[in-house]
Amino acid sequence: MNKIFALVDCDNFYVSCERAFNPLLRNRPVIVLSNNDGCIIARSNEVKKLDIPFGQPYFKCRDKIDKYNIAVFSSNYELYGDMSRRVMEILAQYAVDIEIYSIDEAFLELEGLRRFDLDDYVKEIQQYVLKGTGIPVTIGVGQTKTLAKIASKYAKKNKQNNGVFNIVNHPDIDQLLEAVPVEDIWGIGRQYDKFLKKFNINNARQLKYSQDKWIKKHMTVVGLRTVWELRGQSCLSLEQLPPAKKEICTSRSFGRPVESLQEMREAIADYASRAAEKLRKQNSAASILQVFLTTNRFKEEPQYFNCIQINLPTPTNDTFEIVKFACKGIEKIYRSNFRYKKAGVFLTDIVSKDNIQTNLFDTYPNRDKSKKLMEILDLLNSKYGSKTVQVASAGTKKEWAMQRNLKSNNYTTNWDELPRVKAK
Amino acid sequence: MTNKRKNLKVKAIYPVSTDEELELLVFYPKIQAGFPSPADDYLAEKLDLNKYLIKNKATTYCVRVEGDSMTGAGIYSGDILIVDRSIHPRENLIVIAILDGELTVKWLKRENGKLYLCPDNNDFSPIHINEESEFQIWGVVIHCIHTFYKSF
Repeated sequence: MNKIFALVDCDNFYVSCERAFNPLLRNRPVIVLSNNDGCIIARSNEVKKLDIPFGQPYFKCRDKIDKYNIAVFSSNYELYGDMSRRVMEILAQYAVDIEIYSIDEAFLELEGLRRFDLDDYVKEIQQYVLKGTGIPVTIGVGQTKTLAKIASKYAKKNKQNNGVFNIVNHPDIDQLLEAVPVEDIWGIGRQYDKFLKKFNINNARQLKYSQDKWIKKHMTVVGLRTVWELRGQSCLSLEQLPPAKKEICTSRSFGRPVESLQEMREAIADYASRAAEKLRKQNSAASILQVFLTTNRFKEEPQYFNCIQINLPTPTNDTFEIVKFACKGIEKIYRSNFRYKKAGVFLTDIVSKDNIQTNLFDTYPNRDKSKKLMEILDLLNSKYGSKTVQVASAGTKKEWAMQRNLKSNNYTTNWDELPRVKAK
Repeated sequence: MTNKRKNLKVKAIYPVSTDEELELLVFYPKIQAGFPSPADDYLAEKLDLNKYLIKNKATTYCVRVEGDSMTGAGIYSGDILIVDRSIHPRENLIVIAILDGELTVKWLKRENGKLYLCPDNNDFSPIHINEESEFQIWGVVIHCIHTFYKSF
């Protein structure tokens, strides 16, 4: 039986999240900034028309921001994460299966639902998401994931489709594919793009009719799958549960340069705790810890970068143990008289926590107790807010921490920051 | 839009010792060898307030009330309203509407074919919705949480 895939993509997702709880933003241009309020990472449609590019540093467009009265926000990932969860939950209700592709994108499988009018069904999904969350979405529908992706791009470009485009049973699909440059096809990276163009394969239609043998020879079976998908033969199925991450990294730029060892140790302890938390969340433990620090290479000042690897005695996910080793590591590589821009903690060689080979010479006092303590730590922090209980070495003032001066409220995750409704 | 974290005060710092006994008090009933509990067959699920108050998790939000225009309906300043955005708004429901760039809570009423947002307090007057009004329904109020005793 033929499968049907839909790609649902939230429009200007971060901006839409801000707008969902702040009606004053509805007709105002809005931008959202990256961590530390560095660059523009989301723009409302009004801003896109003003020739303010994605990724532009904030300070470079201050004039335009004033001139056009643009509302500016620091990124509020607590809010975006919760809204994403809500959108995905709704989508899952409408689909046989769902693959959450990113914070604002999901593939749906609509197999077995063909007896409904597909167009109406997809429009209903779009309307229900908008009504229930305030987030507008664009939906592309096709027989394969690759085609669904193309359909969604088409819907975004051609506004008359109102954000929904279905290329299943399209009368002239080849004409449509001819307008899609190869670099826009899902799965075609920059290398293959260059390679294909050398052989005069410039658009999706040309790729679709390339010879299997030739494609397989030059682009392996992965490339061949893309070609088959363009022909409407589904080769890529939905990927469920993402496999446990093989490495975990917590690294952030500081809100301002960090110079003292004391502050550097605080930051590293903070990042190490966060990394340990991530490990426990996916039920795993790490055996190798890497710590690094770096100055700002874009500044004309003395430069220093260093990294140290520490082999943990036994794979662990204990916050105290990981923090202890991370601090020892940073003390080894830290040099004074530099202005540091960024530091981070990498955990690798990750194993499932049920598979831990204990070490005869283990130096850690009692692993069972540690496990219980971590459970309680996680419970407290999930119940009363993250960092309710934290290691003291991570500092209390955190003056080095990321700047998010323009952050909106956590409307959906904090009782003290709920949206206000007027009864006046 | 202030950064709330800045106001966070550290209340206490405790030394961490992983060598000490971590006492966990766990109570569990002893297993009876003889008679099974007569209540075993009647074990029910615990009452779950989340389930009771929220039918559509993905589309339900909490908002905080400011003002006294709905006291007649039992909605007071400071109360928390549970709002489901997926419910279709119709007359005689309490709704959250967007009016002049603000979220406002009112009764949705219709009289002689005209639409009104009505307060529930004689000190306030109904607002007539016409075509020029910048008006939109944000969601439908399904519960009001009013706290009488604050233990923390």
